[in-house]
Amino acid sequence: MKIPATKYPVERFTLDNGLRVVLTPDRSAPVVGVAVVYDVGIRSEPEGRTGFAHLFEHLMFQGSENLEKLAHFRHVQGAGGSFNGSTHLDYTDYFEVLPAGALERALFLEADRMRGPRLTEENLRNQVDVVKEEIRVNVLNRPYGGFPWLKLPPVMFETFPNAHDGYGSFTDLESATVEDAQEFFGKYYASGNATLAVAGDFDVATATRLIEAHFGDVPARPKPELPDFAEPGLSAERRESYVDRLAPLPAIAAGYRVPDPIADFSAYLPYVVLAEVLTDGDASRLVERLVQRDRIVTSVGGYIGFMGDEYQVRNPTALLLQAHMPPGGDADKVLRVVDEELDRLATGGLAPGELSRTQARMATHLLRDTDAVLGRALPMAVLELQRGRPELLNELPRLVGEVTEAQIVAAAASLRPESRATVEVVPGANQ
Amino acid sequence: MSVKTLPDLVPDSKIKLPKQAERTLSSGLTVIAIRRPAVPLVELRLRVPFGRAPLARATLLSQALFTGTATMSSIDIAAELQAVGGGLSAGLDPDRLLITGNSLAAGLDRMLEILAAVLTDPAYPADEVGTERDRLVDHIQVAQSQPAHLARTALLKRMYGKHPYAVQTPEPEQVRGVRPGQLRTLHAERVRPEGSVLVLVGDINVEKAIDAAEKALGDWIGSGRDGAVPPTPALEPGPLLLVDRPASVQSSLRMALPAVPRTDPDHAALQLANMVFGGYFSSRWVENIREDKGYTYGPHTAIEHFVAGSSLVVAAEVATEVTGPALLETLYELGRIASLPPGEEELEQARRYALGTLRLGMSTQAGLAGLASIYASFGLRLDYLTEHSAALAAATREQVAEAAARYLAPSRAVSVVLGDAEKVEGQLSALTSVERGAA
Repeated sequence: MKIPATKYPVERFTLDNGLRVVLTPDRSAPVVGVAVVYDVGIRSEPEGRTGFAHLFEHLMFQGSENLEKLAHFRHVQGAGGSFNGSTHLDYTDYFEVLPAGALERALFLEADRMRGPRLTEENLRNQVDVVKEEIRVNVLNRPYGGFPWLKLPPVMFETFPNAHDGYGSFTDLESATVEDAQEFFGKYYASGNATLAVAGDFDVATATRLIEAHFGDVPARPKPELPDFAEPGLSAERRESYVDRLAPLPAIAAGYRVPDPIADFSAYLPYVVLAEVLTDGDASRLVERLVQRDRIVTSVGGYIGFMGDEYQVRNPTALLLQAHMPPGGDADKVLRVVDEELDRLATGGLAPGELSRTQARMATHLLRDTDAVLGRALPMAVLELQRGRPELLNELPRLVGEVTEAQIVAAAASLRPESRATVEVVPGANQ
Repeated sequence: MSVKTLPDLVPDSKIKLPKQAERTLSSGLTVIAIRRPAVPLVELRLRVPFGRAPLARATLLSQALFTGTATMSSIDIAAELQAVGGGLSAGLDPDRLLITGNSLAAGLDRMLEILAAVLTDPAYPADEVGTERDRLVDHIQVAQSQPAHLARTALLKRMYGKHPYAVQTPEPEQVRGVRPGQLRTLHAERVRPEGSVLVLVGDINVEKAIDAAEKALGDWIGSGRDGAVPPTPALEPGPLLLVDRPASVQSSLRMALPAVPRTDPDHAALQLANMVFGGYFSSRWVENIREDKGYTYGPHTAIEHFVAGSSLVVAAEVATEVTGPALLETLYELGRIASLPPGEEELEQARRYALGTLRLGMSTQAGLAGLASIYASFGLRLDYLTEHSAALAAATREQVAEAAARYLAPSRAVSVVLGDAEKVEGQLSALTSVERGAA
């Protein structure tokens, strides 16, 4: 089946203060999405301040130059919109989706906090408490919390930026100061270190004028140098396990380093497709073998990037496989079978139709995501930030479709046990 | 620092419904097709009445629906769907079996053919059913280690007593006993077109899409066994039910309050009252217990509609040491909304949020498909969006206050806390009577 494409228009320009802007109009629904992305994430937070990038994201909602605490939320929601933000390894995003008539309001709100959030002791203490509850609900009070995104990096990586816990330790969070926050903002939240993307129902000329009016007077500050977080890959297999006192059943995750997603995109993309060949649906290699035939796992998934953001992550990153096992499950056996299947793929190639059907399904997923205004604004903002290529979003279904069998085979052949990092969950519940 | 003022909103245009068509086939299946051509895809939702179906069998049926037909294995089904960029999956709620899927728009005919084969000619092969049964047992075991699931389970029992909605997840032992033959029987009795609704949304010609569905599903015939669920009983307030989860670092606070169906004249006013209380981030309750006190991360409330009744559920995960104080603030905010009329400005803010959310919800193919399918379960159509918008716009402060007094009074709540009982029982007992219970 021919893989279709989207043709969302892309307009780009840069303000005098360095803010890069992407406009992608589409008038099929009377809504707009606004995304501002800053080029700082978990990997940039200082030692002794684990979790700070995420804590700072919370502080960006606590009021700004012209806005009291709570005002941001009320103004977005009182316009009929929704907001959120999220902290990734390499970037932090802030976004709103609103009825089209609220575009200027969203631009005003984002520009106001780009000029500067209100960093107060009271707000900081309040949000440290909120973040601790977030960590409790997502990690400490549930089974498999932080598995594998917080558990595998320390096994796989050596350096602090790549290996540390991005949610942060309670000690580090509690040690954070208003001065830390001011310094972090000053260093990383410069307009020249950010991108703004607007998607949806608007007129380009009007939006351009509004963006200039609201963001034009954000003072320019020096942009930090882009750090290089590269570190050598593994030369021998690494394996660790931990007891999860809430987990009733065993689980395992393995990570393999992959080529640089940005500098070497054409070498990287086959790994994205390989992850789907291995794990997308009942007809994929590992689901068929591990779940259906051998019945040694109850579920298996594969993806790239610890946060599943394969087109929005920088080097170094990894292809991850994770599996949940039945009672008494044997992690060694699961890994052996994964190796067998990778060998079979590397030596025997793909079955007729196997690659094209995987590519067709990937196209559906990609296209489906772009139907939402934020599904265009957010990735385009990040693609502009990291690659200067927001239009890549339109091209992905085709590029995925152009990956060849030979590339998949070569990618599978490179996933060797000796370059693998593995973490196993030992069930501690009902013991 | 120059003072800047908040820009005004440009007023919303009138809600514009997408092009749509509907046909009820001779089998009793209703097909609704909606055009949104923004991306070259099609979304599919099929809801089949499944009320009062035996829970363990129905749950396993939903997990095993795509395990094979007379001519296709589970792998064939998945591969054939993938070839058109497609995928189908099934789930269950207390009223319906729900099939969800999507594919490239050009793959609609093929996706419908495969769906038809699964509906009319299912095999439930013993091996595959065995695999799915074991997986389901494991999934339930994992669910039973999740605080949110345990709290929900306890709340449903407390809300519904002997009503069929009281238990919505089967026990592992019940699932272990289900045989493939029982799935075939249940499928024959209940997976029937009569009363079912198929929704197709996407880059389609609506008439042709309905023709395609009629052609593909022409052999799916027969009426299902009556699955009408009796009306839900009124909530019976009583002592707070405390379920022990030793060493829990948070407590899961849940409260259920009465609510009304979407078609009730009080619905819009109740929705707005709920918004002002706790139904969105900029509500009193969230601003209080999160942004002021830091007790919790994601507190939320929602009106839940089932075919046999509606309810309003309040949910928060709070730190163990502030479980009592969090309940105190929750009771205070419920008491305040039930006793005093909302402010003009906070009501307008909630109203604009409710109206905006309707627009955002219909701005994607998947959103439209979900709305159309859910509404159809309750005998409504997409034009409900227009009616409901008008009702939200018209609800007066007095009506909202009246709805709040009637439905949000804390004296009417059924309350459950799941947490470390030793640490929280004293805190809770200071505020209300508490009884210990099992999950």
